[in-house]
Amino acid sequence: MAGKTLYDKLWDAHIVKQREDGTALIYIDRQLLHEVTSPQAFEGLRLAGRKPWRLDANIATPDHNVPTTDRSGPIEDEVSRIQVQTLDDNCDEFGILEFKMNDSRQGIVHVMGPEQGATLPGMTIVCGDSHTATHGAFGALAHGIGTSEVEHVLATQCLIQKKMKSMLIKVDGELAAGVTAKDVVLAIIAKIGTAGGTGYAIEFGGSVMQGLSMEGRMTVCNMAIEAGARSGMVAVDDKTIEYFRGRPFAPTGANWDKAVEYWRTLHSDADAEFDVVLELDGSAIKPQVSWGTSPEMVVAIDEALPDPDQEADPVKAEGMRRAYQYMGLKPGITMGEVVPDRVFIGSCTNSRIEDLRAAAEVAKGRKVSDKVKQAMVVPGSGLVKQQAEEEGLDKIFIEAGFEWREPGCSMCLAMNADRLGEGEHCASTSNRNFEGRQGYGGRTHLVSPAMAAAAAVAGRFIDVRELA
Amino acid sequence: MEKFVKFDGIVAPLDRANVDTDLIIPKQFLKSIKRTGFGPNLFDELRYLDEGQPGQDCSQRPLNPEFVLNKPRYKGASVLLARRNFGCGSSREHAPWALTDFGFKTVLAPSFADIFFNNSFKNGLLPIVLSEETIDELFRAVEANEGYQLTVDLASQQIIKPDGSTIAFEVDPFRKHCLLEGLDDIGLTLQDAELIKEYEAKRRETAPWLFDAIK
Ligand code: SF4
Repeated sequence: MAGKTLYDKLWDAHIVKQREDGTALIYIDRQLLHEVTSPQAFEGLRLAGRKPWRLDANIATPDHNVPTTDRSGPIEDEVSRIQVQTLDDNCDEFGILEFKMNDSRQGIVHVMGPEQGATLPGMTIVCGDSHTATHGAFGALAHGIGTSEVEHVLATQCLIQKKMKSMLIKVDGELAAGVTAKDVVLAIIAKIGTAGGTGYAIEFGGSVMQGLSMEGRMTVCNMAIEAGARSGMVAVDDKTIEYFRGRPFAPTGANWDKAVEYWRTLHSDADAEFDVVLELDGSAIKPQVSWGTSPEMVVAIDEALPDPDQEADPVKAEGMRRAYQYMGLKPGITMGEVVPDRVFIGSCTNSRIEDLRAAAEVAKGRKVSDKVKQAMVVPGSGLVKQQAEEEGLDKIFIEAGFEWREPGCSMCLAMNADRLGEGEHCASTSNRNFEGRQGYGGRTHLVSPAMAAAAAVAGRFIDVRELA
Repeated sequence: MEKFVKFDGIVAPLDRANVDTDLIIPKQFLKSIKRTGFGPNLFDELRYLDEGQPGQDCSQRPLNPEFVLNKPRYKGASVLLARRNFGCGSSREHAPWALTDFGFKTVLAPSFADIFFNNSFKNGLLPIVLSEETIDELFRAVEANEGYQLTVDLASQQIIKPDGSTIAFEVDPFRKHCLLEGLDDIGLTLQDAELIKEYEAKRRETAPWLFDAIK
């Protein structure tokens, strides 16, 4: 018999009940809650007279709606204020631990979870947010769910799931200097398409993934959903284990040893079989930029934008034409001709300390180009912000002309006041370039933090390596 | 949840692939703390010529006459005909809420994004996967015939065309059962409460660090 994949191991360890129709009742170890997808779930509990099954499995923080400017007063936008207040009230009423807006531990759920050790290897983790796949970087089975399922997990600590198929994406070779985790994942999505991973749990492996830091692995897993996969994961190794030592909710003493012993089993067996295996040469990956309105519309920085007339698939060609129209760009040009009106460094994809360091390294001693209206840096959590300030990164950014903000989702989806104007191009370290995502009529270009900072100082998209 | 019954409905064709949930319901409407009332903002950016704000009276806004749902011939549509990878993007359940609030009962497409697919069933919206060829044919038929209707019969897993011919479709038996009976998942799962407790007790022994850390 073939060995087990990491996904098999995580799945098997959480089956409460296998049903005859192929679905299973799966136990959920951790649920992360935020203000956008939880109010209707709490309301559902109240209406049915139910209580959360297990309080200690949940942790909450507001992130999507919080302002990233001064927070000493109440949130100005009334609808946002009500939503954040509703989360506070629900957590207080039901007894769920929440890091409220002005707590230094507040942040984007996907940054806060690992940082606190609320995310641990071997867990099943859910959140009413599609970027929950981020937590798979730690050898956990993590996926986004809808609000009905948020309620279901609150009430039962379980989900009814069907096992997905398994895909291994192996990235081997060695990354060139200036090429980061973000470029790797954009290259993967460009290759397999936004539906390439639909129905699969993806394991990312190979020497490139092993070489990435935990932050980098989170960036890759974060965007598994942009490739259509609800879950992305990476095997546990020494780096994973070291990451958790001393985190507030991580085990200690004898429990730590016991946990580590178990965590070390969280990798695919050598003889495990995957439904699909894809291989990529990491050495060939260049810095990537998205040009269109879907995360698969990506080119290398020096590559000409593709011609829809050369696209054999008519549905795809039509999508490309629409994207060109929306983005105000033409086939054949390179991204070097495009000026970013705004630059956004942040989001659960790239707002951790390592991301900020990479951007600061580029910004250091340079100035944001006067072609750029605004360049902002939004740390992923209050603790990331603190650490960055201890390292003096805030000063580097401010001196270079970047705005240094309070933590939250911010311009990743523009639910708060941070957004693009109509027709504006943005060099963004976030994960989605959909129409209107960063503001009505806004035009998003997905890049790595270093590439975003390079675009800010150059006043156009540029290969970060040219600045060296 | 209401029971899903056999129905006849006008078909509205949305001819673009990768329709994402941001397009189905833009984020500014996610600030609501309710489950209802999203219908007027379904496809907001395509449907109206201005930028929509939450709480606004949409009947006063300028409509985009080019957008399919604004065309008189598709008024009252309850079947949405769509292209591949429908519902990609965020996990917002507001997407199926907006579709059902508008009046859609089913979406036909060659493929769906996983989370959207799953969320739909929880809200009485039936996503049906059909082959690319069948979808192409339906797009042609809808285009050619004003008032084109289909009958959707979940019990027999069939779509019945105006000429009486049928298209069979697959649906997961458990989800079908829940839709037909209008069942609440939570109630069903709680029938297994003892099993969940047993599992939990075992897990507490083998992985004690997963309990009581967060308080
Ligand atoms: S940062 Fe963006 S993608 Fe991540 S949780 Fe917030 S809104 Fe979603």
